[in-house]
Amino acid sequence: MVDILRHNFVQNAFLAGVIVASISGFVGYFVVLRGQAFACEALSHIGFAGATGAALVGASSLEGMFLFTLLAAVGMGALGKRLHNRDVEVGMLLSFVLGLGVLFLSIYTRKATGAVGVLFGSILSVTTKDVLITTGSGALILILMAVLFRPLLFASIEPEVAEARGVPVQQLSILFLILLAISVAVAVQVIGVLLVFALLVVPAAAAEHLTHRPWLAMALSVLISLTATLGGLILAFIGRWPASFYIVSLTSLFYFIALILRALRFPRRYREMPHPSREMLPPST
Amino acid sequence: MFAIFEYPFMQNALIAGSMVAIVAAVLGYFLIVRGLSFAGHALSSIGFAGAAGAVLLGVSPIYGLMVFTVTASMAISILGREVRERDVATGVIMTFALGLGVLFLSLYHGYAEQAYSILFGTIVGVSRADVVFTFLLGLILLAVIVIISRPLLFSSFDVELAETRGVPVRALGGVFLILVALAISITTQVVGILLVFALLIGPSATATRLIHQPFRAIVLSIVLGLAYTWLGILLGGNSPWPVSFFITALSFGVYLPVRLLSKGIDSKRSAAGFEKRSGADFNLASKKAYRG
Amino acid sequence: MNKHSAVRKIMRNIRTQGPIIQLEQVDIQLGGRIILQDIDLSIQPGEFVVILGPNGAGKTTFLKLLLGLIQPASGSARVLGQPPKVGSRLIGYAPQHRAFDVELPLRGRDLVGFGLDGHRWGIGLPSRSRREKIDQALKEVDGLHLADAPFGQLSGGEQQRLLIAQALLTDPRLLILDEPLANLDLAYQQDVVSLIDQVCRTRGVTILLVAHDINPLLQVADRVIYMAHGHSAIGSPDEVITESNLTQLYGSPVQVVHTLGRYFVVGAEV
Repeated sequence: MVDILRHNFVQNAFLAGVIVASISGFVGYFVVLRGQAFACEALSHIGFAGATGAALVGASSLEGMFLFTLLAAVGMGALGKRLHNRDVEVGMLLSFVLGLGVLFLSIYTRKATGAVGVLFGSILSVTTKDVLITTGSGALILILMAVLFRPLLFASIEPEVAEARGVPVQQLSILFLILLAISVAVAVQVIGVLLVFALLVVPAAAAEHLTHRPWLAMALSVLISLTATLGGLILAFIGRWPASFYIVSLTSLFYFIALILRALRFPRRYREMPHPSREMLPPST
Repeated sequence: MFAIFEYPFMQNALIAGSMVAIVAAVLGYFLIVRGLSFAGHALSSIGFAGAAGAVLLGVSPIYGLMVFTVTASMAISILGREVRERDVATGVIMTFALGLGVLFLSLYHGYAEQAYSILFGTIVGVSRADVVFTFLLGLILLAVIVIISRPLLFSSFDVELAETRGVPVRALGGVFLILVALAISITTQVVGILLVFALLIGPSATATRLIHQPFRAIVLSIVLGLAYTWLGILLGGNSPWPVSFFITALSFGVYLPVRLLSKGIDSKRSAAGFEKRSGADFNLASKKAYRG
Repeated sequence: MNKHSAVRKIMRNIRTQGPIIQLEQVDIQLGGRIILQDIDLSIQPGEFVVILGPNGAGKTTFLKLLLGLIQPASGSARVLGQPPKVGSRLIGYAPQHRAFDVELPLRGRDLVGFGLDGHRWGIGLPSRSRREKIDQALKEVDGLHLADAPFGQLSGGEQQRLLIAQALLTDPRLLILDEPLANLDLAYQQDVVSLIDQVCRTRGVTILLVAHDINPLLQVADRVIYMAHGHSAIGSPDEVITESNLTQLYGSPVQVVHTLGRYFVVGAEV
């Protein structure tokens, strides 16, 4: 089993998988915290159009995706608050962009298999060049996330107070969307456009069900993401089904386990804690 | 250009497409008014798994679609109480279903066209049997909607009042979602599972921006839906490009200027102290259906 | 620091400092629209000032001016002797109540901790002194038992207490609170009011508090700023909340009934 690692494509797959999973865990934590799961979907669908469009001009899918998602992120950031609770608008935009992707696909039907890879993930055909790009992106994202962690957390939870404290809330939002765009673009290699949610949202959502400590939640998010990705890859080599399917199944499984664990630990809604030294509590409704 | 309509396959496409457009427009109106557009997204993804599974089993995809979407809609009705929980949980289930669909597709070694048609729709390849089925199912759906339209409308705009008047709000909601599930199944034939949103939500999203009276808004949605579908089939039939693309492009192309320009209507109304807004802004089922 | 030196320090601060807030003929505009005009007021250190007025009167905009988030269209504004600037550690701020997600993955102490270093770059390593400072702030608002509780699941009153603790962490001279009593049960309102009053008296912090109803604050408010329809008036509650003042402010007839130790403003939205 271990000598399978001698193959280049296997090494690439594991390397890309580890990096993407780590990024997804970190960035995903904030995606769930900020309630931007739909932005995630939007970016991945827009990326699809970018990837299929890239085939038309002879560029690689990854390059096409980077371009489109980055542009989309800046656009979304500029629209800012107005994107909040705009599921109809975003949905319409998504459909149109997907439609574009369909158009590009049909024009360049030779790349249909490439499109399938973009839709469903193609971790096993990741090239060395792609791995390098992924590694570079990963390093960039990790460093930036480390630097931005505190102010981004503050701005995500209490934007007005953060702003009053001098945190550049608006710029951070745009920057975060850009980081998200990059994460989505590299994640699509592993898991495909349709399943990006599984890496970028599900592990973080599971983690945030398990703990209320920000640090711990983020670490758990990365851990779950890594376990699912590596586990999925190993299963893909052992079995005969697509890697993305195994990865998605594992993250879903972890999510429901997290739900069960949480229900067991906090069976009731948390009630107001009685103050240790007070005898009479104010009346509650 | 119009000579193409002499071909039976184009006639089939028109008939099936028209029925689908009408059903989608009507149900889409209620989806928007009830703030459930994300549910449409989720159901279509789940349907994808069903369709792909059906293809794997050698059955026509639409049956798989129907089984999966109806089951999912019932599950959503039963489970969905807490909104935020519903967002992510639905997303998880939806993603898992997509994953299943991916699996089924990859296992299927038959004609790739089946897979392609599920994803992107091939209304111009629809068979006579399919047309009959679509037409009949569409009629049934429309009949049910007409029957429940008034209490459904009531409970969509004012849940508490409707409840006190004896409207079975929860049961209606459940029935409605089942109707949506079935509508998605037939809409998929026209535009494919990925683009259902364009035909299901697009026309009504546009109409509700322009007209705030329910009945007239629905009529406009139907008109728009039919227009997009006919034009889409016409353009798609005469060019190598897919029908689903044209429908989507038309849907979005009309929606965008309406959305941007109709802001004037809304802000004028709110400045006049007009409290209740109808249409795309009225979010009954959840204040934050899909944030972000 | 023992009580004596603490009191001396406070008295020294109050004596040597000029007004905490000084506005002269300030106009505030937003998007071309005049929100408030001709604001003239001067607030001394240690004062407990309540800002009243109907919705949309510009109270929150006024606070934003003091926080340096917007500039005055004309006139001069000085906070703590300087033109208002963003990020001043000497101002503590708790904005209008936001409905926090019940599932928010954050503990009480995490939220309070934002007040200390939420705005600094980097990850921030846990340190004992940091933890002690946060515990201290929690103790001061009587919220130590809430430290490890999930913030989203606390009651409105508890959340408000922690938000105040957060605002107090940098030892501010001025505490700005935007509608801290909104959405609170009457009993919790009294709790929060006493807490704020305590902070004001023992620490000598100047309080600027926006409220909808003066009544819970009658016992503690030194002065009242009433804002309506672009104008404002400042004075003691008895001076400001009079029929002639309010009628002039609103531009339409207002009746004020002062009975049972409470004010009832009738004929206009409060």
